[in-house]
Amino acid sequence: MIPAAFEYARASSVEEASKLLGKYGEDAKVLAGGHSLIPLMRLRLAQPTALVDINGIKELDHITERGGKLHVGALTRHVTIQNSSVVKDKLPILAEVAGEVGDNQVRNMGTMGGVIAHADAAGDYPTLALMLDAEVVTNQRTIRAREFFKDLFTTALGPDEVITEVVFPVANGPHKYIKFRRRLFDWAIVGVAAQKINGDWRIGLTNVSTTPVRATAVEEALKKGAKPEEAAQHASDGLDPSGDLRASPEYKKHLARVLTKRAVQQAES
Amino acid sequence: MIGAKIHRREDPKLVTGHGTYVDDIQQTGMVYMSVVRSAQAHAKIKSIDITEASKSPGVVAIYAARDFKGVINGGLPVTESLIADKKYVPNQFPIAETEVVYFGEPVAVVLADERYQASDAAEKVQVDYDPLPVVVDFEKAMQKGSQKSHSDGPDNIAWDVEFPGGDIEAAFKEADVVVKERIIQQRVFPLSMEPRTVIANFVPFTNQLTMWSSTQVPHFVRIFMCFGLGVPESQIRVIAPDVGGGFGSKLRPYPEEYLAAAASKLSGRPVKWVEGRTENLQATTHGRGHIFDIEVAAKKDGTLLGLKVTNLSDNGAYVGVFGALQSALALLLAPGCYKWKAVHGRTVGILTNKMSTDPYRGAGRPEAAHLVERAVDLAAHELKMDPADVRLKNFPAENEFPFTNALGMVYDSGAYAKTLEKAKSLVGYDELRKRQAELRKKGRYMGIGWSTYVEICGVGPSAATAHVSGNLSLVESSVVRVHPTGSVTVAVGTHSHGQGHETTFAQIVADTLGVPYEVVEVHHGDTGDTPFGYGTYGSRSLAVGGVSIYKSCQKVVDKAKKIAAHALEAAEEDVVFDQGRFHVKGSPDKAKTMGEIAFAAHLPGLPEGMEAGLEAVTYFDPPNFTWPFGAHVCVTEVDPETGAVEIQKYVAVDDCGNVINPMIVDGQVHGGVAQGIGQALFEEVQYAEDTGQLKTGTLLDYSIPGIGEIPSMDLDRTVTPSPTNDLGVKGVGEAGTIAASAAVINSIVDALSPFGIKHVDMPASPDRLWKQIQEARK
Repeated sequence: MIPAAFEYARASSVEEASKLLGKYGEDAKVLAGGHSLIPLMRLRLAQPTALVDINGIKELDHITERGGKLHVGALTRHVTIQNSSVVKDKLPILAEVAGEVGDNQVRNMGTMGGVIAHADAAGDYPTLALMLDAEVVTNQRTIRAREFFKDLFTTALGPDEVITEVVFPVANGPHKYIKFRRRLFDWAIVGVAAQKINGDWRIGLTNVSTTPVRATAVEEALKKGAKPEEAAQHASDGLDPSGDLRASPEYKKHLARVLTKRAVQQAES
Repeated sequence: MIGAKIHRREDPKLVTGHGTYVDDIQQTGMVYMSVVRSAQAHAKIKSIDITEASKSPGVVAIYAARDFKGVINGGLPVTESLIADKKYVPNQFPIAETEVVYFGEPVAVVLADERYQASDAAEKVQVDYDPLPVVVDFEKAMQKGSQKSHSDGPDNIAWDVEFPGGDIEAAFKEADVVVKERIIQQRVFPLSMEPRTVIANFVPFTNQLTMWSSTQVPHFVRIFMCFGLGVPESQIRVIAPDVGGGFGSKLRPYPEEYLAAAASKLSGRPVKWVEGRTENLQATTHGRGHIFDIEVAAKKDGTLLGLKVTNLSDNGAYVGVFGALQSALALLLAPGCYKWKAVHGRTVGILTNKMSTDPYRGAGRPEAAHLVERAVDLAAHELKMDPADVRLKNFPAENEFPFTNALGMVYDSGAYAKTLEKAKSLVGYDELRKRQAELRKKGRYMGIGWSTYVEICGVGPSAATAHVSGNLSLVESSVVRVHPTGSVTVAVGTHSHGQGHETTFAQIVADTLGVPYEVVEVHHGDTGDTPFGYGTYGSRSLAVGGVSIYKSCQKVVDKAKKIAAHALEAAEEDVVFDQGRFHVKGSPDKAKTMGEIAFAAHLPGLPEGMEAGLEAVTYFDPPNFTWPFGAHVCVTEVDPETGAVEIQKYVAVDDCGNVINPMIVDGQVHGGVAQGIGQALFEEVQYAEDTGQLKTGTLLDYSIPGIGEIPSMDLDRTVTPSPTNDLGVKGVGEAGTIAASAAVINSIVDALSPFGIKHVDMPASPDRLWKQIQEARK
């Protein structure tokens, strides 16, 4: 439970963070909230050569709405998102999801950018980002969510690239995120997000693949007027989830269908 | 003070972070020990290469088994005499020499100046293994011709013992119905908040060993350090300071205690070892790990006739120090609180390539309660009777106590119907059954589960335990010393690590001596200033240790009375002791307080021939065990689409005899029920079948319940004093855990009974229940 040796540097600007990442090479890691990274280091499952601490970069902690887009800074904590009146007004599903991440300690430290960059299949924000066609903005470019999540814990980010913010569309119509888990403070066994935007449903699935999944077959069926319980049968189309200690693949596929039905029904009610 | 609901005096210190745990203690010149653990579950050790590790910064020494040979004598203790028909009990040297037999077994230790340096160097120790076949499935392991968990063993059978009780065949012949079921008690982690931690400081010049250890049994550890290290017991001091929980996993000596002591002897430095959580999961004993095949015979009218139980026990690679005790208790308590005509038990202890199983809160009694409470529900289901009615029909009545169960255990006192009726009214039973019927019509599945348990505590009377405990007497001790100025120190052989003894024991002393509670100080946990005791486990500390304190106090009062009579110039028999004051019958105004008598006891002018001082010692050996009991009811609703279980209500009516502090009793029940719910719904230790690697190797992979999973409980009590001790107390440390898993599972089975489901295994995870519902729907 003791991490291997590593270098530590604190960046005061995005430029400095990028430079430090360049200096330490590709085995360096950005330290934001640290609530995923530090446990992995303590188990020595992650052994980065250096940590570049971005917690001092205040401009990365922001929430603003402009031109129909909600800009959430990479260093914005879950607790800030959860309590933000702007988020509650412009993208309430995001505030609700933030309130369901981890426990109080995690929500006080964990960040938007950290969750997106970590790209855990059980992460909740990546599902929303993919489903809503969000954009991940870095110090170098803007990446569409659908091009960002490449594989389990793998993203399009380059070695010296730092996420600065995530840009979501404004959407405050019917919505629901169901995070099915064994314990209150736990990862989703399966999560389903449903959001009505511009008259159409978007459906996103958490933890049924190595990356978040958008259930387009369900979206299309709903568009054609299928009832939620009928459309939801397509939620597991093409899914091939891996089993783990919490759930078998069949059960995850079953949950994807049941929870999709419930999410749409509850969003509408 | 006895019966007063006062706050625990331990808490302000502990909850503000001012406790002193072993890891808070430093010694001059201390080095840190890191244990290199086997990455294989079963293999020959070909070689251990320490070349690279030795060059690692800060390394002081690296030792393997060959270095410890000759420093450590023999192996770890096993209460072998529990195993009447002992077959094969391998000797466990604290560190593997030629063959590793479980994942996580120590193979080398590294000493370094800093803890992280020890960890870094341990990673560089190269161990070359020659893999051997791995034995994981304990049912397969007992078959003839199975692969062997120890390559030099005859087979994997540690014991095979029968527990006959009455004419079982006759009981089954009388039966109208016979029900069979397999009940699995999965392996679970005891998971104390504080992992194990040891500091050993051996001083060669004086041949003295001081050991700080996070243990439940400091005196017990001292005995085994004496045997293992060859240091006289008088030269060893074992200190268990604040200990962050044990739950049974810290009631034995462990390899690391021997290794740290020996490493200190070898290196000449104080050695500290702090167990990490991943190590804790691998190398601290596990709980449960059983299969019970049961057969229940009953009459049409609900009369329970016979119960056959075959227990297969997964011991892991080495029989736990108290490993066999759990199977024995599970069988001896299998009759539960019912009047069976006959009960027959058989237990087979099986060796596998896994960590040892040993006591975990309840140790055999949760297993017993779970199987017999399931058995009664299975019979009730088959007979289409209400499970509460079947229970009531088969309880011994209050006037049948002392009651001898089908296996010969004598229950001291009980009022089983009373607790059940109280629980019934608290939960609103009849209303609930109506509501259940209505909900079922709407496709909702609510269940009501009973668990009416009895348990054995107050371990134990030496007459009963000596032959099963390796000739231990299991008495408990106290020294009560009244200081000249009237304050009191009580030193005990038990150890408090969450039980609140510093509060409750002080309450007993304050009450019995009539001194202010605030001036009573309780010492425990340091063999240097406490009398010998067997330690804290099995809900025994109050019923044995507490009663010993009461007896010491009585001795003090007896002497004080003599001094008071002398001072009051009265005959001893004319002196009355009332609430801390001595006075002559009829003249209460002219009184001497206990404080005044204490002062007098240290001054000249004592009665002729009396020694000065006011103190007493008691070693208490109880005449019988104590038998707490209770009725728990759990109400759940199962979502048939997802298999998710919601606990809607939990009612616990416990009877632990007289109560010293109701708040502490409630706390014990809360915590115990939480752990029972943990086993019922969430927890399961898993090893890979092919490699024997621990799959649930971190708390990311092993679910323990938190605040979100534990319901608010409705607690109540009945009070049926134990006739076997002066305080009338029984014990409550494990009651909640013993009762809870059966209540939860019975509730889930009841909820799912419309699907034709008769049994559910633990943990009742949503995935498992969903599959079972799917199967049932086919």
